[in-house]
Amino acid sequence: MIRRSDFPILKKKIAGRPLVYFDNASSAQKPMSVIRAVSDFYRKYNTNVHRGFNPLAEEATGRYEAAREAVARFIGARREEIIFTRGATEGVNLVARTWGETNLKKGDTVVLSLAEHHANLVPWLQLEDKIGFKLAYIPVKIDGSLDLAAAQELLRRPRVKLLSITQASNVLGIFYDLSKLIRLAKSKGIMTLVDAAQSATHRPIDVRRLDCDFLVFSGHKLWGPTGSGVLYGRREILAKMPPFMGGGDMIDTVYIDHFTTNELPYKFEAGTPDIAAAIGLGEAVRYVNKIGWPTIIKTERELTNYFLRRIKVLPFVRILGTAKPKLPVFAMVIDGIHPHDAADLLGSEGIILRPGRHCAQPIHDHYGVPATLRASLSFYNTRTEIDYFIKKLKELHQAFK
Amino acid sequence: MDIYAQNILDHYKHPRHKEPLPAADATERGSNASCGDDLMVALQFSGQKIKALSFQGHGCAISQAAISILTEALVGKTKNAVLAMDFKTIQSLLGVPISERRYKCAMLGLSTIQKAIKKAKA
Repeated sequence: MIRRSDFPILKKKIAGRPLVYFDNASSAQKPMSVIRAVSDFYRKYNTNVHRGFNPLAEEATGRYEAAREAVARFIGARREEIIFTRGATEGVNLVARTWGETNLKKGDTVVLSLAEHHANLVPWLQLEDKIGFKLAYIPVKIDGSLDLAAAQELLRRPRVKLLSITQASNVLGIFYDLSKLIRLAKSKGIMTLVDAAQSATHRPIDVRRLDCDFLVFSGHKLWGPTGSGVLYGRREILAKMPPFMGGGDMIDTVYIDHFTTNELPYKFEAGTPDIAAAIGLGEAVRYVNKIGWPTIIKTERELTNYFLRRIKVLPFVRILGTAKPKLPVFAMVIDGIHPHDAADLLGSEGIILRPGRHCAQPIHDHYGVPATLRASLSFYNTRTEIDYFIKKLKELHQAFK
Repeated sequence: MDIYAQNILDHYKHPRHKEPLPAADATERGSNASCGDDLMVALQFSGQKIKALSFQGHGCAISQAAISILTEALVGKTKNAVLAMDFKTIQSLLGVPISERRYKCAMLGLSTIQKAIKKAKA
């Protein structure tokens, strides 16, 4: 069951008006159980993990590893395949700097889509400069769907080594069924990385069924703490990869002239991790399990349909990305009003929206718009909030006419 | 809803000197990458003073109104006087308090003009 009262911030008022939080694709709000898990760590058993032979360290380590187990079950992985990161961005960078630097050569091709977030684009651009491989982009059709025919043609080209692709655009709000592309990639010996930063909050993930080699997501979009995130990697591949950052916990033995690495997953977790955030993420995953995906999907589908129905009658609003399955993420172009002004003025009315390019400039260039106003909803949003947003948007349009 | 002052909306809807300036002595492009505001300013000097100013580009009401107002307000001012201007100057020209979150929008025009002047002096 969905209870708004689980999220303390949703009671907040801005200048006397109720908070309408429509920026969930950027970062979602946290239920009380997650907030409590984080504060309990600091109040009751704060100490480092994997290091102390004492009861406190035992509890901290136990809870940290229990969070890893919870996340592993959540996406159908083994516990040693779950590497805690600061977020999806760090996950992609880790793969680029370890697997990428070791395996990509001059003349190779890495395939991305045009709908990538900068997090799954800039790390490859950085590496492209260094190594001299090529980047190729799967085109996006006008309705926001991936051009699958073009994608298949790209993957059949020689020397494609990696398909690194988003499972849902953070601008177009469309869920991409990647199974066909991953199957094709696999048959060609192409490695696959799935950016699930957006999709993980809208659909269940099963890495075995998806059959990808890597998958990344961020905890803070999944109703968990900031500073938490996950890189999933297939065990055999992680085992062969060189470590990312060097330091404590990622080593087995260290001598003055060489070192050996720790076992998985610790090999990729150098330094003291964000223990509280990881424990909070574990709690967020339990919270999602408690509500259940069918409830989340059904509620979000109803909100999506209602939003689209209400916005459709406004002739001055255009939504980018109309293909299905459409998630409750709406990038809008509004006649006569720059997204910044809309976000600023509607923000003063308590409606939290995001203006700009949402860290995805290429897809904005593709549609020929400098920026959009994005409303992104979560299961705790309501029809009443959508009604209020529509009313205020109409008033704003009137004032700018 | 509390919309911006009439002055700002007027300049946004009817920008002044939004045109090329063929006799320009200096041009400069300025943008706010995160939001997509993008301006090209052109200046014509007469000795140490600004003789004419124009701009092209697109952006939000605050950035567009600020540059539009500047194309009128800066004519006749010396280069040094313009270089000494800051956020306070812009706030008084816009005539309404500008919130922290709109600082970059409000300052884009002035900072681009200042860049153009510095380049021309160098």
